[in-house]
Amino acid sequence: MRYIGHLDLFRSWERTFRRSGLPLAYSQGFHPQPRLNLACALPLGFTSDCELIDAWLEDVFLPSEIVDRLEPALPPGLSILSVDLVDASLPALQTQVRSAVYVITCLDAVPDLEERVDHLLSAQHLPRQRRGKPYDLRDLVEWLEVLPPNEAGNARLCVQLAAREGATGRPEELLAEMQIMPEDARVHREKLLINSN
Amino acid sequence: MIFDRLERILPTVQKPARYTGGELNQVVKDWEAIETHIALVFPDIYDIGMSNLGLAILYELINQRSDALAERAYSPWVDMEAAMRKASIHLYSLESRHPLSAFDIIGISLPYETLYTNALNILDLAGIPLLSSSRLNTDPLVIAGGHATFNPEPMHAFVDAFVIGEGEQVIFEVIEAFQQWKRSNFPRHQLLVDLSKISGIYVPSLYQVHYKPGQTIERIEKLTDEANLPVRKRIMPHLPPIPTHFIVPNIETVHNRIPIEITRGCTRGCRFCHAGMVSRPVRERSVAEIVAAIDEALKHTGFEEIGLLSLSSSDYTHIAELIQAVTQKYKGMHLGISLPSLRIESFSVDLMDLLVDSRHGGFTLAPEAATEHMRNIINKPLSTSQLLETAYQIYSRDWTTIKLYFMIGHPEETLEDVKAITDLCKAVLSEGHRAIGHRARLNVGVSTFIPKPHTPFQWVACDSVEQIEAKQALLKQELRHREINLTWTDPKETLLEAWLSRGDRRMSDVILHAWQNGAKFDAWQEQFNFEAWMKAFNERQLDPAFYTHRERALDEVFPWDHISTGVRKKYLLQDYQLSQASQIRSDCRLQCFGCGILPGYAEDRRANPGDAWCCPEVKSPSKHNVLEPAR
Repeated sequence: MRYIGHLDLFRSWERTFRRSGLPLAYSQGFHPQPRLNLACALPLGFTSDCELIDAWLEDVFLPSEIVDRLEPALPPGLSILSVDLVDASLPALQTQVRSAVYVITCLDAVPDLEERVDHLLSAQHLPRQRRGKPYDLRDLVEWLEVLPPNEAGNARLCVQLAAREGATGRPEELLAEMQIMPEDARVHREKLLINSN
Repeated sequence: MIFDRLERILPTVQKPARYTGGELNQVVKDWEAIETHIALVFPDIYDIGMSNLGLAILYELINQRSDALAERAYSPWVDMEAAMRKASIHLYSLESRHPLSAFDIIGISLPYETLYTNALNILDLAGIPLLSSSRLNTDPLVIAGGHATFNPEPMHAFVDAFVIGEGEQVIFEVIEAFQQWKRSNFPRHQLLVDLSKISGIYVPSLYQVHYKPGQTIERIEKLTDEANLPVRKRIMPHLPPIPTHFIVPNIETVHNRIPIEITRGCTRGCRFCHAGMVSRPVRERSVAEIVAAIDEALKHTGFEEIGLLSLSSSDYTHIAELIQAVTQKYKGMHLGISLPSLRIESFSVDLMDLLVDSRHGGFTLAPEAATEHMRNIINKPLSTSQLLETAYQIYSRDWTTIKLYFMIGHPEETLEDVKAITDLCKAVLSEGHRAIGHRARLNVGVSTFIPKPHTPFQWVACDSVEQIEAKQALLKQELRHREINLTWTDPKETLLEAWLSRGDRRMSDVILHAWQNGAKFDAWQEQFNFEAWMKAFNERQLDPAFYTHRERALDEVFPWDHISTGVRKKYLLQDYQLSQASQIRSDCRLQCFGCGILPGYAEDRRANPGDAWCCPEVKSPSKHNVLEPAR
């Protein structure tokens, strides 16, 4: 499941609902789309245990009923942490996400990891380009620290990156800035921070 | 170990989910506890292989057995192949990630010829000897099946045993023969001899081909008494249960839907059509069985689309009833239903009208040829007025796009016949203008006819590149129109398919050399390497024109004559001669023309009377089946 892109993940959720027999709502029009919203795209290759998804159903169900029906319908790799009913008038999930916290595990030894982190944090600006557009990565790094190594002895980082619409920090770009190849690290999204109001 | 190395590679390649497995409904069994391990291989990328119904059927059937397991493998795309070779990772199965060389049986699907070099590449990536003759007791048994293997000879050097025809029963016979052999400690040769006794199995190393001085075939001889000659295709006299536990891919694939086979075979007898000739007799499933299977499959997969598959949907006896049943049952459930291969008649428009969402992709019609004379030659009778009337109805019921499929290169075709295609396209578009004005669009796909073995056109010459180019130039010139979109096939790709379709055993060497010269993914336009093939022909001192541009003598022994589809060669010849006289043979549901199926499979028909087959009933008393002679 980690190598599934955003659109494919959306499709997996749609099929999970269809298997569960829960009446997923669809948009009107010529190409009806299931009314599902994923809060924040998870890049290919990342794992996560904090994803948020809004789903509209045609009928009212208790959260426990929804869990009971969805669980046996889940594909390998997806699991449900909790289900809540939310007020339909709340703003869309995407607009509520503020930041994301990632844990990065380096597969190879990086002896000067602390220095690289210090170097990155001490920079005033980290000008980079994404799809030809210049931006400052430093502004998007809200917090970065070295964690104790895991049981296998792999070095680990924890980073909080901005995840607002139009201002999203990407872990692989942080890694590139630190001269670590993306394939030499595993990235796990640990938390999505959303606006409390 | 392989997991660690893959971990570093997967993030660097396109669509890594092609190489991970782990989808819903994949079957992972305890490797050590299972006696026989079978890898089902589609020699193209995951996106295409996952849409192959034949392998999905076998996967489900084999995994229902407690003593066998089936896992999947596909061709890695070129980026993944390079990364795997660099990291010395052998091709592995998606389920348990065992290397293919650890399996007992490798079953390769060969539905079309342009997969041949990929099949070699897969064996090479798996570290399995390419040549059947070089394999040892410890190497897997390599078997292959699929429509292309009705002429198995071009691949004879690489495949230990071919499964001719439908595989649902014979695969178990192969597994059982394999298990007995494996318990016996006999040499590999004994396994091949054992397999050759099974009806429908062709073990090429147990046959010898004798050539005439002029390079055509003198005769085909079997080298052991036990082997079949001819090798008669297997059929399922009663269509097996419809699979319902399809693996649900996590990424886009070409047909990302539930495939439901409503009928098998076709009674129309279009003379160019390989599938129509080799998949006889026509067998139909009941509406109740189909609807029950759709229900099950939807529950297990959650797909949002189903494809009702057959060679000719409108010919399914209960088509109207079926479409009514499914559209009513799944109303409001946002389920797309696709119905390919509709005949050109107003009834088809009525059917499509019932299918919500069917307007998305446009309405497809396949007249194949533009003049009534040409359509008589290919036995696809249809009047131009009927086509135009159908087109008008389609446009006026709110489809803005019609797709028309034609072929150029039919026998006896002239430039006037090609010009007629362009006139007909314009006439169809005018119907659109008449119905909905300038919103009307027309997509025209023109492929090039390739004479196929076991068809009435197996004797004819294929057009040369120059002829094809002249015809395509005429099409491009005449159909330069804002509202018409024309697509065509690269003549060189046509040639490749033509060499391979009617190739003999010597073609094996050409395939091997072409692969060594870098040919693979021949079905992919941007990967197709024509020079590798030309060089291979040169190296083997064979003339490609011998296979493509030569009209065969009526009494020529073909490389595939020892393989029987149940349709007699004499019948094909008659049909070819009717074609030359511009005479048609109607739908054989209306009148049996004695193609050979009924006498060949009389016992099967007797055991499955009534509606199960579209052939007439067998009235004669039971007697043992008389096989037709080799030629």
